[in-house]
Amino acid sequence: MKVRYFAWVRERVGLAEEDVDPPSGIATVADLVAWLTKRGEGYAYAFENPKVIRAAINKTHVRADARIAGASEIAFFPPMTGG
Amino acid sequence: MDTIIRLQREAFDVSAEAKKLTGGRTDIGAVVTFTGICRADENGEPIAALTLEHYPDMAEAEIARHVKEAQSRWPVLGVTVIHRFGRIAPGEDIVMVATASSHRQAAFAAAEFLMDYLKTRAPFWKQVEKVSGTTWVEAKDADDAAAERWSAPVPRREAAK
Repeated sequence: MKVRYFAWVRERVGLAEEDVDPPSGIATVADLVAWLTKRGEGYAYAFENPKVIRAAINKTHVRADARIAGASEIAFFPPMTGG
Repeated sequence: MDTIIRLQREAFDVSAEAKKLTGGRTDIGAVVTFTGICRADENGEPIAALTLEHYPDMAEAEIARHVKEAQSRWPVLGVTVIHRFGRIAPGEDIVMVATASSHRQAAFAAAEFLMDYLKTRAPFWKQVEKVSGTTWVEAKDADDAAAERWSAPVPRREAAK
């Protein structure tokens, strides 16, 4: 699946997007965050406070307990500040 | 209902967009336009510019979803939402919402609803350039509260027959 990062999450991870293949035990958005956090310092910094991280699956807002099965694109970003 | 949603780098012309909503029709009695403008300060510190990052496609989809929601709550006859991205200097427009209806109440309410949701649910992020460096704007609790007040259950309008 494709994972995309925006704003300071993108800066901290050091990537705008990447393809990942999480193991089968990774079932929810929160699981994916925990798994990504172990990939390196940038990830750990980006996800140091998972409560503030927002997520979208296939371009729709989801909560941390959303299941990721079947997702083609998952995005992580800070609270939005548009308008 | 006429809906225009545009995400663009370029500046926009609020009065021209408002005229497009009413052009050639006589059933519209009220148009409300809101324009969000880049200020020259952030928390009391001068800024050189804002840079807006967005999530293409999702931003359009989220705005479209909220336009539909506004349409289900109020008898709006037209909606235009234009949100810029990229670098924006103080004094320049960032976003506009225009709503048209037969009467003012629906146009005012729909415009306010759309702006409150744009602030908290549309995937845009503002970065500010200050003398002290570049920082990301933090989400404000007041904006969350403004959006939250619309989330109480509301009686749906009768579907158009």
